[in-house]
Amino acid sequence: MRLSRRQTLSGGIATLFGRPALAEVGKIIDHAGRSVPIPPTVARVLPAGPPASILLYTATPDLLIGWSRALRREERAFLLPDVAARPEVGRLTGRGNTANLELVLKFKPDLIVDVGSITDTYISLADRVQEQTGLAYALLDGRIDRSADAYRLYGRLIRQEARLSALADQVDAMLRVIKTRVGVIPEGDGPRVYYARGQRGLETGLGGSINVESIEFMGAVNVAGGQRGGLANISMEQILAWDPEVIVTIDPDFARNALTDPAWRSLPAVRAGRVHLSPRLPFGWIDFPPSVNRLVGLWWLGKVLYPSIFPEDLRPIARNFYQQFYHVVITDDRMKQVMENQA
Amino acid sequence: MRRGEAAGFGLPIAASLLVICIIVAFAIGRFPISLPELFQFLLSKLTGVPSGLSPTIETVILQIRGPRILAAVLTGSALAVAGTAFQGLFRNPLVSPDILGASSGAALGAVLGIFFSLDVIAIQAMAFAGGVAAVAAVYFIGSILRGSDTILSLVLTGVVVGSLLGACVGLVKYLADPYNQLPAITFWLLGSLSAVTPHDLVALAIPVLIGSLVLIAMRWRMNEMSLSEEEARSLGVPTHLIRATVITAATLVTSATVSVAGIIGWVGLVVPHLARFLVGPAFPRLLPTAMVLGGCYLLIIDTLARSMALVEIPLGILTAVVGTPFFIAVLREAHRSWS
Repeated sequence: MRLSRRQTLSGGIATLFGRPALAEVGKIIDHAGRSVPIPPTVARVLPAGPPASILLYTATPDLLIGWSRALRREERAFLLPDVAARPEVGRLTGRGNTANLELVLKFKPDLIVDVGSITDTYISLADRVQEQTGLAYALLDGRIDRSADAYRLYGRLIRQEARLSALADQVDAMLRVIKTRVGVIPEGDGPRVYYARGQRGLETGLGGSINVESIEFMGAVNVAGGQRGGLANISMEQILAWDPEVIVTIDPDFARNALTDPAWRSLPAVRAGRVHLSPRLPFGWIDFPPSVNRLVGLWWLGKVLYPSIFPEDLRPIARNFYQQFYHVVITDDRMKQVMENQA
Repeated sequence: MRRGEAAGFGLPIAASLLVICIIVAFAIGRFPISLPELFQFLLSKLTGVPSGLSPTIETVILQIRGPRILAAVLTGSALAVAGTAFQGLFRNPLVSPDILGASSGAALGAVLGIFFSLDVIAIQAMAFAGGVAAVAAVYFIGSILRGSDTILSLVLTGVVVGSLLGACVGLVKYLADPYNQLPAITFWLLGSLSAVTPHDLVALAIPVLIGSLVLIAMRWRMNEMSLSEEEARSLGVPTHLIRATVITAATLVTSATVSVAGIIGWVGLVVPHLARFLVGPAFPRLLPTAMVLGGCYLLIIDTLARSMALVEIPLGILTAVVGTPFFIAVLREAHRSWS
């Protein structure tokens, strides 16, 4: 309990100024080990950043106040129209420890939720906002295999455990199937993958970065994994020296240009057509924002990396995911468009 | 007397250094190519006999390493020649090619291009246009404001407009999508030659060669600019025309390099001092020497950037880290040549 001292202090201050102490209502321990009061009723939830917006939309679209950034038209086409049209609320996080508290209060939330990596920066931001506004502010772990936990914890916070555990059970079941299938591949024996970002494909996620979490989750070997870190620039020579078996990208320009660029074409993977462009509507399937939108991408990666272990048609699986998580029914044609990245 | 003799050797020394650097740079890189393989490749290109090397090695040499080495030499010499010209023109040793806002203008152009998700060529074009437009604006405002001191009002306008453009870059970064655009902007602003293609090389070479040739051709006239404005005028030197030509040529080369390589500081500031240390302050000798040394300097830096680590090290960082101690050492020896 790293925060117990600060918590005691804040409780003391709250008592001193006559505000109801946090201890009087029910409390819950969030994924950062922080104590968060359970609000008596929750009708409005504010996301602290884009990953939280997506998780909250999938869980309880009715409670979502708005989006961290306004959605584009092509994104809105795959979401509930009235929810997708809700206003832009800005980001609380992502700029270090700065939150515009007046903005927060303007939206009159009953609860603030942040989803992502649990670091001291986000913990101190959450503590500060919770102390200054008296609003419950919960941190949920954004890693893929904590997704079900994130839904369950959120369910307890909004007192709708049954509704959310149904969703969590689905995530559990999905991840169990994927893990079992990927589990047959011995550690370090997966295909060697280069994850290309940027128009020229020369940006990549180093080992352990959030950008390659889904690729590493699928048991693939990230060729840039020898060095740990975040995003980095890589030289073309280094990529040729790595000689990856599969290239996964989120950039349509790169996916197109790599096929004609002489340097990229000297890679056997490119000549064999193993440059795979991930679907990205309404949200990216493998990388960003790093939220539950990546769950459906695991199936896609499975088919890309291990076609024999993932033989089934992806379309019904994706349609089901869009129905359960994005609350929309997508026609076969539209699903095909998403998977082939047609606008 | 001794300096005069040494000065005569300055350019040949710099030129041989550049040749050595180019040869060494070809032998270094993340993709392993041995010296015999390089030699074999060269021989087959000269004789026309197939080398029997793997096509990947040929691709690395012709498509990746070769263009990148040429781009580093071009970029370095362009920035050094522009820096030397500006230091002479503004009679100030602290001036670098971005003093009139070329880099900040190009930065804003490129950052906007990334923000609006344009393709690479459009981003480069916007950077080039941004650099030229920024300097044109500074020159225009400076000439309206012109008080008693033309040079001072130009430099001050450059500083002010530069910081305004910097604030605009900051605003675009603040508004950019943090998952995709912001990393791209950050990488771009730190400068890199990692993405240089043979196509980029042509786009870089044309403006750089035109601008550099103009500056080289002007090197005798620029000597006259080291006199004070009144003295020069009384000798019949067309100071306005010379100034406008030098600024146009230097802006052309600076904007072209920034549009391909991103922001690379230091070279245009440090290398002119190094060249002055080697051959003295007279322009006819100084400018070509600075040009060759600039190519050398950035080639060494870029070779380090692409080979030291698994990931690329941004040029903007390396030039500063290598440049600072180097600059202090040179300054200790060379401040005499300024006075």
